[in-house]
Amino acid sequence: MNNLVKVSCSKKNLKLIRDFVSEYLQALALSDILMNQIVLAVDEICANLIIHANKEDTSKYITLSIIKKKDGLEFHISDHGIAFQRSNYKEPNIQDNVKTGKKGGVGIALVNRIMDRVEYTSDGEKNTCLLYKKIK
Amino acid sequence: MKITRETKDNTIIITLDGELDASSSVALDEELSDPEIMAHNKILVNCENLNYISSAGLGVFISHLQRFEDAQIKLIFFNMQDKVRNVFEILGLDLLMTIVSNYEEAMTIADE
Repeated sequence: MNNLVKVSCSKKNLKLIRDFVSEYLQALALSDILMNQIVLAVDEICANLIIHANKEDTSKYITLSIIKKKDGLEFHISDHGIAFQRSNYKEPNIQDNVKTGKKGGVGIALVNRIMDRVEYTSDGEKNTCLLYKKIK
Repeated sequence: MKITRETKDNTIIITLDGELDASSSVALDEELSDPEIMAHNKILVNCENLNYISSAGLGVFISHLQRFEDAQIKLIFFNMQDKVRNVFEILGLDLLMTIVSNYEEAMTIADE
């Protein structure tokens, strides 16, 4: 099975990423809710990379690969943009967001709650986000 | 993403059809920012054909919620698919927003 996809940094390509992940997951007969959660977590990371790390520069690319492990799935999402600084990340307070009318900032919270492992690595040039989800 | 709006007396029914992501949520934001919306006191959102929502879509609703509350406009979601409702629940948004089963229930709550 094809487990790698590369797209240019346009928000329009998020649909391609989601369709690719959905198609891969189809064979695993997961529940609708679980499948949607996994697709969502990957979409959130890719959206951040496209919009924030690469400023929607369509000459730049992100790569997603899916690796089936014994008891779960690993997603590797790579780019060459501005690396995510986990130390600068602050968990949002949704009620404050409502009060102030804030639009963004809840994507990573979704990823952290859905995935069993979220890791960011960078060699100074290439950044990779690793997501791991345990599958029974 | 297809967004349609229907007006009945003081109620606006917005029907969402498709996937609400970082790309398509811009159109929803424009829809909810339309001053015309503020002339009504009930906004019912039909989510029957909303097949997907990401944080960008949730963010649009989060960002307008207080403004609607201040204007005493009720925002009610109905016919939401379980997998979409689950995304609201992960962040606890189901406790801050009104999500009901169907149109009848939405109208009943809107009239309270």
